[in-house]
Amino acid sequence: MTEDVLLSIRNLHKSYESGNAILRGIDLDVKRGEVLVLLGPSGCGKSTLLRCINGLERIDGGSIRLDGELISGNPRELPKIRQKLGMVFQSYELFPHMTVLENITLAPIRVQRKGRAEAEREARELLLRVNLSEKEKAYPRMLSGGQKQRVAIVRALAMHPEMMLFDEVTAALDPEMVREVLDVMMELSERGMTMLIVTHELAFARAVADRILFMDQGNIAESGEPEAFFTAPKTERARDFLGNFLFSSKKKGRE
Amino acid sequence: MDFSFIRRFAPMYFDAARLTLGIAALGILFSVLIGALCSVTEYYKLPILRRIASAYVELSRNTPLLVQLFFLYFGLPKLGIRMSSALCGVVGLSFLGGAYMTESFRAGLEAVEGVQREAALSLGLTPLQSMGYVIFPQALALSVPSLVANVIFLIKETSVFSAIALADLMYVAKDLIGLYYQTEEALFMLVLSYLVLLLPISILGTLLERRLRYAGFGD
Repeated sequence: MTEDVLLSIRNLHKSYESGNAILRGIDLDVKRGEVLVLLGPSGCGKSTLLRCINGLERIDGGSIRLDGELISGNPRELPKIRQKLGMVFQSYELFPHMTVLENITLAPIRVQRKGRAEAEREARELLLRVNLSEKEKAYPRMLSGGQKQRVAIVRALAMHPEMMLFDEVTAALDPEMVREVLDVMMELSERGMTMLIVTHELAFARAVADRILFMDQGNIAESGEPEAFFTAPKTERARDFLGNFLFSSKKKGRE
Repeated sequence: MDFSFIRRFAPMYFDAARLTLGIAALGILFSVLIGALCSVTEYYKLPILRRIASAYVELSRNTPLLVQLFFLYFGLPKLGIRMSSALCGVVGLSFLGGAYMTESFRAGLEAVEGVQREAALSLGLTPLQSMGYVIFPQALALSVPSLVANVIFLIKETSVFSAIALADLMYVAKDLIGLYYQTEEALFMLVLSYLVLLLPISILGTLLERRLRYAGFGD
């Protein structure tokens, strides 16, 4: 059974210099093709967990394995490891001095040493999938937020990662653009991509996730199937958290 | 105004302008290289190099170019290091300009958001590739206005080269005044020469800034 575990985290600890413990012993296995959604109040360590996985944060204890290979505490191998982990940021982080096509082909050409023609052909195929073919020559500043984020996803996919990490990728978007980005992620999950998603879009989480992880104060407080989590959360914390998203209707003249 | 005088000595000014421009171009080239290197040590907070770089910037910016040139031209020979006045000019200008360029690049690098670097790294680029393809090009574009100002400043600074017997524009003007007492003509030609040298650079710089702002990628 163990061979279909892609990412394996054991007893992961992370503190900031101030001494604040942000992750307190995370254990987590992600199977190949699995879609995990991380939920939890802000400051619970969701984003930090993603950043630790691809080495943007140094960890203070524990281990992270990708495909059975130890990837934590191995700074020399980081560029190689990161090629297997696609990361998408809240603020898109397209490179503003490059066109859409250049953004997407930079890493395949410079890191994976692909020929320009091949890299561009792949990039165009991916752009077609997210309906942005006509934007390949555009600069990021000419795109809407939703378009930028779709390009950012394509840029990560162009490296053929084994797993995608999404860090609140719709949090900076206008509401009407959230959908187009979530649709792309939904399509990815249907194609069997392994994904770890931090989001506050609960309806999306419920629809896309194979498993929901609820984090609180640096721990995984609850882990389970989305239906079970949303209808009958096991912990008090999770109930409180879900309660924050509910509104009881209160209209004048109906008392 | 004695135009025959002007016509007669215009070739001297032309040669001097070429010399001035040549030394300035070399000095500016090295300044940019020094500035790029020093600012990167600061950006990556490299332990010892960063200290050296900032000590250099302070030393260079807080001493006049004339003093630096005297040190190179009159001081170093006492230690057995002898350089031609042209070489002194290039070295002196690079020493001074490097510090100003460092500050320009540093400001540019600081203005590029840190998460851009993370985005580059997360694609598998090495730190060096992230700098070369992602961070530095953006920083360079952001630095353009102050880099152009530095270029003009450095060309103007070459006027002190006459003090170490370099036949630059200032030297020729002073020489002609000494020889013929035709102060007005000599100075008129001097001002004109600097204008002819600097105005195109200034205009080009403005165009470059505008292009980067509108056609390029700035908001």
